[in-house]
Amino acid sequence: MHDLLLGTQPLTTAAWLSLFTHFLVLSLLAVGGAITTVPDMQRFVVKEQGWITDAQFTASVALAQAAPGPNVLFVAVIGFNVGGLSGVVATMAGTLLPSTTLAMAATRLSSQHQDARWMRAFTTGLAPMTIGLLAATSWILLGPTRTEWTAIALALGTLVFMLRTKWSPLWPIAVGAVAGALGWV
Amino acid sequence: MPEVDAPLERPASLRAMFMAFTRLAMQGFGGVLPVAQRELVERQRWMTRAQFLEMLSVAQVLPGPNIVNMALMIGDRFFGWRGALTAVTGILLAPLIVVLVLAVIAQQTQGVRGIEGALRGMGVVASGLILSTAWKLASGLGKNAMGRPLCAALMLLTLLAIGWLRWPLVWVVLGLGAVGMALAWRKLR
Repeated sequence: MHDLLLGTQPLTTAAWLSLFTHFLVLSLLAVGGAITTVPDMQRFVVKEQGWITDAQFTASVALAQAAPGPNVLFVAVIGFNVGGLSGVVATMAGTLLPSTTLAMAATRLSSQHQDARWMRAFTTGLAPMTIGLLAATSWILLGPTRTEWTAIALALGTLVFMLRTKWSPLWPIAVGAVAGALGWV
Repeated sequence: MPEVDAPLERPASLRAMFMAFTRLAMQGFGGVLPVAQRELVERQRWMTRAQFLEMLSVAQVLPGPNIVNMALMIGDRFFGWRGALTAVTGILLAPLIVVLVLAVIAQQTQGVRGIEGALRGMGVVASGLILSTAWKLASGLGKNAMGRPLCAALMLLTLLAIGWLRWPLVWVVLGLGAVGMALAWRKLR
């Protein structure tokens, strides 16, 4: 129980605070979503503090990607591996507090000025970039398997499935899990 | 792709909204965005595809997790700050519990080959899912004031800079984003 709450090597209060503060700062730098701050998180918790190994860090990100829910939950898994549930509180609160406060302010501003020309220019001008960023994310996620034709076929098959049917994405995910477990991709 | 022409709906209560966000979060493997588009636009019909894209554009430029920012904005739009809190809790709580249980299991099954392969296969599918979201949202660009050629150019330059050249996002947003906004400003008048 103690392990679950505080991790196998409990953080000191000062270490907990530095974990929290670091994620607090990264939250404000995560302009393209939390995943863009991964390199700096790795530098801090693995290289600088030595709280977890590089393998543990990579496994944390992979695990959260395979689980349901927002990608940002990889932050919780890193926190858990660093300091149990107290680590989860540090990394999740650090990641969410500044960004949600800012988003709340921005949404009030945007609904008050929805018809203002600058507001429409903001959203109209950034829409194509948003789609470009999604396409880039898709490309980067395929990074480890991009050279295998089976992986490309599976990714394109998923695309066609999602465009042609109204079925849940859980179906292609199940196919991917089985194909991967059998060593086909 | 069916166009949604019927009038929009709104969530019946905070509880209904909490359940809707939990439901979409629990379906989202490798990112919730594709599911969010399907659930919020096509299934619940709380917003049009164009509204979804505009909100996503704002959420994407704000720091922090895009989908959490979006949940917050949608919750706030319907029920104020209580709605924002409800939507964010709804999208995070259940998957947080699941992922922590998985983290405990993972600590105990390190090095099992079948499990590593399954994770790899699911990563490939996640890539296809995000591409399908991009594809569907791209159809919303037809109504963009900048016109198709400019939109296509901005989209491709972003893909090139981030996906291939791997430039830091901050410079891409400040550079291409500013160009896009300036062009839109001129076209909108």
